[in-house]
Amino acid sequence: MSQVHHSPARSIAAHAILIAWTIVALFPVFVVVINSFKSRKAIFADPLALPVPGNFDLVGYTTVLAQGDFFQYFLNSLIVTVGSLFFALLFGAMAAFALSEYRFRGNMLTGLYLALGIMIPIRLGTVAILQLMVASGLVNTLTALVLVYTAQGLPLAVFILSEFMRTVSADLKNAGRIDGLSEYTIFFRLVLPLVRPAMATVAVFTMIPIWNDLWFPLILAPSEATKTITLGSQVFIGQFVTNWNAVLAALSLAIVPVLILYLIFSRQLIRGITAGAVK
Amino acid sequence: MGALTLTNVAKSFGATDVIKGVDLQVEDGEFCVFVGPSGCGKSTLLRMIAGLEDVTGGDVKLDGVRINDLAPAKREIAMVFQSYALYPHLTVRDNMGLALKQAGVPKAEIAAATEKAAAMLSLDALMGRRPSELSGGQRQRVAIGRAIVRTPKLFLFDEPLSNLDAALRVQTRIEIAKLHRDLGATMIYVTHDQVEAMTLADKIVVLRAGRVEQVGRPMDLYNDPDNTFVAGFIGSPQMNFLKGGPLGLRSDTLGIRPEHLTLGAEGGQIAGRVSHVERLGGETLVYVHTEDQGLLTVRLFGEHHHAVDSAVTLGIDHARAFHFDAAGLRLR
Repeated sequence: MSQVHHSPARSIAAHAILIAWTIVALFPVFVVVINSFKSRKAIFADPLALPVPGNFDLVGYTTVLAQGDFFQYFLNSLIVTVGSLFFALLFGAMAAFALSEYRFRGNMLTGLYLALGIMIPIRLGTVAILQLMVASGLVNTLTALVLVYTAQGLPLAVFILSEFMRTVSADLKNAGRIDGLSEYTIFFRLVLPLVRPAMATVAVFTMIPIWNDLWFPLILAPSEATKTITLGSQVFIGQFVTNWNAVLAALSLAIVPVLILYLIFSRQLIRGITAGAVK
Repeated sequence: MGALTLTNVAKSFGATDVIKGVDLQVEDGEFCVFVGPSGCGKSTLLRMIAGLEDVTGGDVKLDGVRINDLAPAKREIAMVFQSYALYPHLTVRDNMGLALKQAGVPKAEIAAATEKAAAMLSLDALMGRRPSELSGGQRQRVAIGRAIVRTPKLFLFDEPLSNLDAALRVQTRIEIAKLHRDLGATMIYVTHDQVEAMTLADKIVVLRAGRVEQVGRPMDLYNDPDNTFVAGFIGSPQMNFLKGGPLGLRSDTLGIRPEHLTLGAEGGQIAGRVSHVERLGGETLVYVHTEDQGLLTVRLFGEHHHAVDSAVTLGIDHARAFHFDAAGLRLR
């Protein structure tokens, strides 16, 4: 008679599937983290064993912290990620506002052109980008990475945010116009807070590939002063010998900042402070 | 201060003409209601007056000054929206004071103006709250307060009652009427509800497909409609339209309001059967199915009992009937 009540069997099945998937997804991360606390011998003897007194060893972490300037690498990664994120969100939101709010000739074409960027990987342009960076003297600077990642993040940001901005009440924007607010104030004070959940979504999707990227740091900024954490970890992977303790420790450490950033944004996703603005 | 003149005002989106040459004069202090079915262009016309839509052709003049190309904020107008459109991040007080703050009015004056408007709308207790902490009716009062604070030349209302429930709608309607009397300001009000139009307006503008069908006082439209559209749109329940042929008339269509049909067991002009009865206490609506004229509505005052499917005849009060030609225009 009623489809609204969930049967316990269904509920259990749904949870079982979700839990199983969570375990599958988290398992590699789990293996990396537990092994980072074990001695080299223990890693190879039983990769799935938990770190217990006997096989517990912090050698990975001490190597990582002793060798190279790991703190600097972290800082570089953070600067690049946060900087790119800021610019991609700012310019993406601005472009999305223009596309969704104003009627002008070529609006549709501009939108399509920007969406095209989602389908074409930016790495196809690596050679041209490198030439451009060499010509403008930006090789081995964090600026080069921020510029490239901003460009990489823009298409998705524009695409998602313009869809969301279309849903913001036109009445609210018009009320602002009648009250004499400038278009900038309408954008920053009225529209942006209302699309905050969408901004957080875009931020998460933009942030992770940037943090994890090895390609552009290797090509555009491989110098010691500009190395990112992903590139920095590579020193432990040799052609003949790989220092697994150090690699695993570096990877475990690399998860932490991006996890913190994610937690910040996911709080925004949930927060509904703008509920009740209209209607 | 606040006479609005529209001269041959037109609006088109690309090749689509939405407003097709509207001429209208709204006097200072008048309550003018734009009414029409959805898609007739009434909201677009209002937004053109507000400056939120470009005017493609013609002139919009406020107190004799052409305001076609003036920014909305410079037009000395205030607008109340259907969805209230309150600023979610501001308190009621700041919502109401924002326009004055943007215009650079001193703080003391803003405070005085908001307090005065709040007192008029009994919003005093809510001044520190945010829109999300208010009910629908309260939000609409804040939106109206925000308009009052600006002391504009012209108030624009865009279907302000559509999101309220029936009881609150009647209450707010009365408040708006009272506000108009107290302020004596010019108001333009858009609605698709002919009851709101009839009860509030000094002057009703009936729009259809971007054209003005008729302009006049509510009772003038009710008693003297120019065509079948206005006759059918104004008045509830809707006017009955009878084919002239079977009645032996020269006119193509005869319009008769439900209250001007008489219902009897025999002796009437049109025979039919009762198909449905709605008893509302104060009045009774009888729907009669007739062979020649289809379904006709009869409005009887007081309580009446008529069995469904019983045979009845209908009489026409010819003195109250309207005659229309084939194009729907009134024959006088």
